[in-house]
Amino acid sequence: MQYSFTTEQNEFRGVLRRFFEQSSPPPVVRRLMETEAGWDRALWRDLNAQLGLCGVHVPEAYGGMGFGFVELGIVLEEMGRALLCAPFFSSAVLATNAILNGADEAQKAALLPGLVSGDTVAALAITEPDGNWDPGAVATTARQADGRYRLSGVKSFVIDGHSADLLIVLARLPGSKGEEGLSLFVVRGDAEGMRRTALQTLDPTRKLARIEFDGAEAELLGKPGEAAGPIARTLAQAAAMLANEMVGGAERLRESALDYANLRVQFGRPVSSFQAMKHKQADMLVDLELAKSAAYQAAQAVADDQPDFPAVASLAKASASDVYLQTAIHTIQIHGGIGFTWENDTHLWFKRAKSSEVLLGDAVWHREAMMRAWVDGGREVQ
Amino acid sequence: MTASMEAAVRAEIKDWLAAEWDPNLNLVEWRKRLVSSGWGAPTWPATLFGRGLDPALASIVEEEMRRVGAVGVARSGARNLAIQTLLAYGSEAQKHAFLGPTLTGQYSWCQLFSEPSSGSDLAGAVTRADLKDGRWIANGQKVWTTSADHADWGLLLARTDWDVPKHKGLSFFLIDMRQPGIEVRPLRQMNGYASFNEVFLTDAEVAPEHLVGELGGGWAVATTTLMHERSHGDPSAAKPTEAGGRQGRVYDEEREEIAIATEPYGWYPQRAGRVDLVLERARETGKINDPVVREEIAKLLVLDRSAKWTALRARADLAPGEGLGPTGSLIKLVASHVARSAARVHTLISGADAMLAGADAPRDGVIAEILVSVPAVSIAGGTDEIQRNIIAERILRMPKEGNLDANRPFREVLKNPVPGTR
Repeated sequence: MQYSFTTEQNEFRGVLRRFFEQSSPPPVVRRLMETEAGWDRALWRDLNAQLGLCGVHVPEAYGGMGFGFVELGIVLEEMGRALLCAPFFSSAVLATNAILNGADEAQKAALLPGLVSGDTVAALAITEPDGNWDPGAVATTARQADGRYRLSGVKSFVIDGHSADLLIVLARLPGSKGEEGLSLFVVRGDAEGMRRTALQTLDPTRKLARIEFDGAEAELLGKPGEAAGPIARTLAQAAAMLANEMVGGAERLRESALDYANLRVQFGRPVSSFQAMKHKQADMLVDLELAKSAAYQAAQAVADDQPDFPAVASLAKASASDVYLQTAIHTIQIHGGIGFTWENDTHLWFKRAKSSEVLLGDAVWHREAMMRAWVDGGREVQ
Repeated sequence: MTASMEAAVRAEIKDWLAAEWDPNLNLVEWRKRLVSSGWGAPTWPATLFGRGLDPALASIVEEEMRRVGAVGVARSGARNLAIQTLLAYGSEAQKHAFLGPTLTGQYSWCQLFSEPSSGSDLAGAVTRADLKDGRWIANGQKVWTTSADHADWGLLLARTDWDVPKHKGLSFFLIDMRQPGIEVRPLRQMNGYASFNEVFLTDAEVAPEHLVGELGGGWAVATTTLMHERSHGDPSAAKPTEAGGRQGRVYDEEREEIAIATEPYGWYPQRAGRVDLVLERARETGKINDPVVREEIAKLLVLDRSAKWTALRARADLAPGEGLGPTGSLIKLVASHVARSAARVHTLISGADAMLAGADAPRDGVIAEILVSVPAVSIAGGTDEIQRNIIAERILRMPKEGNLDANRPFREVLKNPVPGTR
C-alpha cells in the first residue's frame, strides 16, 4: 500500500491545477451553471484535446492513457476544487466504467474511443424516481421483440442525462427480481420513445435529468441478466472517485475560509487571531485530512482491485459526505453575512457539497454498506 | 559500507560475546562489562563508553547480541530522557559521572517538570532554586512524576531568576532523589491507578556541579528532553530481551527491571479506547444488529481507519530520522477523538452494564476501565486545546496567541495561588 503520491503524480496534479485555474475560474462556473446544458462544448474539447482527461484510466487499446484510478482520483480532486462544469463524472467516470466493467470486447472497441476523445458524451441511468441507490430496486424493463430490446420505465437523478449523446441504462428482464435479470443497455440520445427533462437542481453546477422510456430501442451491453456484478463494481468505483472530487472541493473551501479570516479585521485585529477562529480552522483541517486519507485509500484500493475495495469506497464516501458539507457550513459561518450572499462564491461549493452529500448514497447509506461488506462478512479491515 | 568492514565488526563482537557473555551473571555485573567494553553504546565516542562505530554498522552489533540472547544496556523509563539530555547539554564531567551507571541500570531517573500551577504552561514553573553557601537549595512541588518513588536521580526544572521574563529565569539540574528534603507521594487517578507521584521539595539540596547547561538556560535543555519524550514510543510496550524461554539470573533481573518500568502503564491500552474490542463486544451482546448502535460503530470505524491512514500518510512523507513536527499535533488530536468515540460506543454496546466495574463489569472490568481512563488522552502530553493552537499557528500559520507574561519580569506576572506561599 502506498501512502504518498509519486513525483510524477504530484506534477500531474500541478498541471491540472493550473489548467483549471485558467479555464474554470468562478466567473466561468457562474456563466456555465446558468446554461441549460450546464457545460460548454468548446471547454470540453480543450480539456480532452490538451490533456486527454477522459481517457486517463482507460487502457491504451481503447485510445486511453492507461493510467489507473489513483490518477483518475487526482483529476477528480482537482475538478472538485475548481468546481468544473463539465460532463466528466457522468461520462468519463460513470458511463465509461460501466462499459469497461459490463460490455463485451467488440462493444468496448466500438464505444470507448468516442468517449475517450470526448466527441461522445454518455450518461449512466440507474436510479429511478424513488431515489433508491440500490441497483436491485430498478423497475425499468427491457422487452425483447424481433431480436431488438425496447425499454419502458422512468429513470431520474441522471447526471447530464438531458445533454448526453448516449445513455447507458440499467434495466431488468421481464419477470425478474432483485439482482437477477439486471442488464445494461445503450440508448442513442435521439432515440424515439424517450423523453428527457432537465430537473431543477439545488446545485446548479451538476445537472440532473428525468428520462421516460416508452418503447425506446436499446442495444444490450454484455450478456443479458448479468449486469449486477458490473454495475455494483461501477458504483463502488464511482463512490471512491466522488469522494476524491469532494475532498478537492472541501479543501478549496477550507483555504478560502482561512484566507478570509486572515484578511478580515474586527475589533482592531484580524479575525484569524481569535482563538475561537483558530480552533475552528484546526478542526476543519483535521476533519479534512481524515477525509482525504480515506479518499486516497479508496482510490488506491480501487486501483489495486483489492477484494474489499467497495467497503473502503463506502467508508470514503461516508466520510466525504459529512466533511464536505461541514466544511461548507463552517466556511459560510467564517465569512459571516457576506458568506450568505449570491455574490460571494462560497454558496457554489456549498451547493455542490449538498448535492454530493446525497449523490450515490448518503453517509448513513454508505456506512451501512461498509458494515455489510466488512463486519457481517466477518472480514474486518486492518 | 564495505562488506569487509561489516565482517570485521561481526567477528569482533562475536569473539567478545563468546568470552564475556554469561547469563548467570547478575544484571549489573554483566552491564558493567558491556559498558566498559564500549559494546553497550557502540556508536558513542570511545572516550565515552562507546567505540566510535559508524551508525550504519550498529545493527550488526544488535544482531549478534540478539543471536546469543545477550541483554542490552538499560534504557527503560526516564533513563533514556536523562541519557539524551546529558548527551546534548551535559558537561564532560557530568557525562562521565552519570552515563555509565545509567547504562548499567544502577541509576534510575525521573523527570521533575510539571507543577500543580503549570501544566500546559510549563515555562511558568514556580519551583525555586536559590544559591546558598555554594549549594543550590530547591523548594516547591512537582507533579505527574512517573517513577519518582524509586528513582535515584531527578531531572529538575527550577526558577533561579525572578527578575527576567519567564523562559529566561529557568535552570536545569540533576537532583539526588534520596535525600531528606524530598518527599514522594503517590497521586491517585480517577481510574484508581497511581501511575504518577507528587514530589515535594523542601530545602532539597543540589550540588553546584549538577547544573546542566547555562544558568538561566534551562528552558532550552528541557525542550530537548521533551522532544525525546514525544518521539519515544508507547512506554507500556517495553519487552524483555526474549519473551520467556531464556534461563539465567541476568534474565530474571531484566524482567524485574522492565516490570517496574512498565507497571505504571498497565491501563494505557484502555486509555486509547480499545477500538479492537468494539466488534467483539457488539457481537457477543447482539448489539451488532441494533440499527442505532450499528450506525455509531460504523462512524467509529470510519474515524479509526481514517486516523490510521492519516498517520501513515504523515510518516510516508518524512525523510529518515525526521520527526513529525506540528503534524504530530494533528495525529494526537485525532487519537483523542478516536478514544472518546470508542468510549461512547462501548457505553452504547454495554448498556446498563456500563454502570458496573471490576469483576461485575463486562470483560472483567476492562470496559469500565476504558470508560474511566479515556479522559486522560485529551490532557496527557499536551491538551487538545494546545494541539489546536499548534495546528493553527504552525501548520495554518495563523497569528500567535498574545502573551501577557512573556516580556515582563516573571515576578510581576499573574500566577496561580500556591498553597503555603504568598
